[in-house]
Amino acid sequence: MTQVSDLKKVTTVLDARGPRFGAAITTVVFAAALATHNAWFIVAQAIVFAIGAFKGPQFTPYAYIYKFAVKPFLKGEVPTEDVRPPQFAQSVGLLFALVAITGALFGIEALVVGAVAMALGAAFLNAAFNFCLGCEIYLLLLRARAK
Amino acid sequence: MKSLLPIVIVLVLASGYGVWHKRTRGKIVVKPDKGLITPAMIGADLGSRATLLQFSSAFCGPCRATRLLIEDVTADMADVAHVEVDAEANLELVRKLDIRSTPTTLFLDSAGHEVGRAVGAPKRDQVIAAINAIAQ
Repeated sequence: MTQVSDLKKVTTVLDARGPRFGAAITTVVFAAALATHNAWFIVAQAIVFAIGAFKGPQFTPYAYIYKFAVKPFLKGEVPTEDVRPPQFAQSVGLLFALVAITGALFGIEALVVGAVAMALGAAFLNAAFNFCLGCEIYLLLLRARAK
Repeated sequence: MKSLLPIVIVLVLASGYGVWHKRTRGKIVVKPDKGLITPAMIGADLGSRATLLQFSSAFCGPCRATRLLIEDVTADMADVAHVEVDAEANLELVRKLDIRSTPTTLFLDSAGHEVGRAVGAPKRDQVIAAINAIAQ
């Protein structure tokens, strides 16, 4: 017996493996940014995040790589996912990328390394453990804000 | 190319957290009683034997899987209610019951006492065992 409030209205449903594949590329890009201290990696990733955050994770360049170069080779049932959790994660990623870019612009090394390290950790958790960032931090943010 | 050490540190820390996260999420644990949960608080009737009170949010992937699992398990159980509430719209209740992430599912007895909770998507056999553990 189930009673549900209005959570059932599903917006768009995606192939759940797409955002996870995107997170794997993101991990490599942030690792490259951390290793080379080349801010252009962060700028490029920020643009990808911005597309994912504002238009949707299914429209990023990574999603197209997945769609045309990876998905045709995958077999079995397609696991689906609501678009909102990965979109939320892309927004948080964008925020961290912007912090890192700000740090680079003003020459604040610690800010760049800190923000990129956090973003790298989150992207890696998403890729390797299917970590759901929205599950863990959204409610904490709401609780902190409403205090 | 500068040092690769920061990358290694981040990946090791994240892996440690990831493994811990995988191990603890979905497990049903008993928490100290936070007081009776009434139908008025959750906006739905309690089951005559048990209630599974699921907190979900819009940005939560496993919430949907958890809902489908609990719907499936409780489909034939007329005395067990499944109530899913939007955590965002019930922040007062969220704070009172100390819900920190979604999905969090509380297992309530007939009176509305919490007898266990699962943070993260629970496993089917654990859900069945937890329901069976609540006396008829």
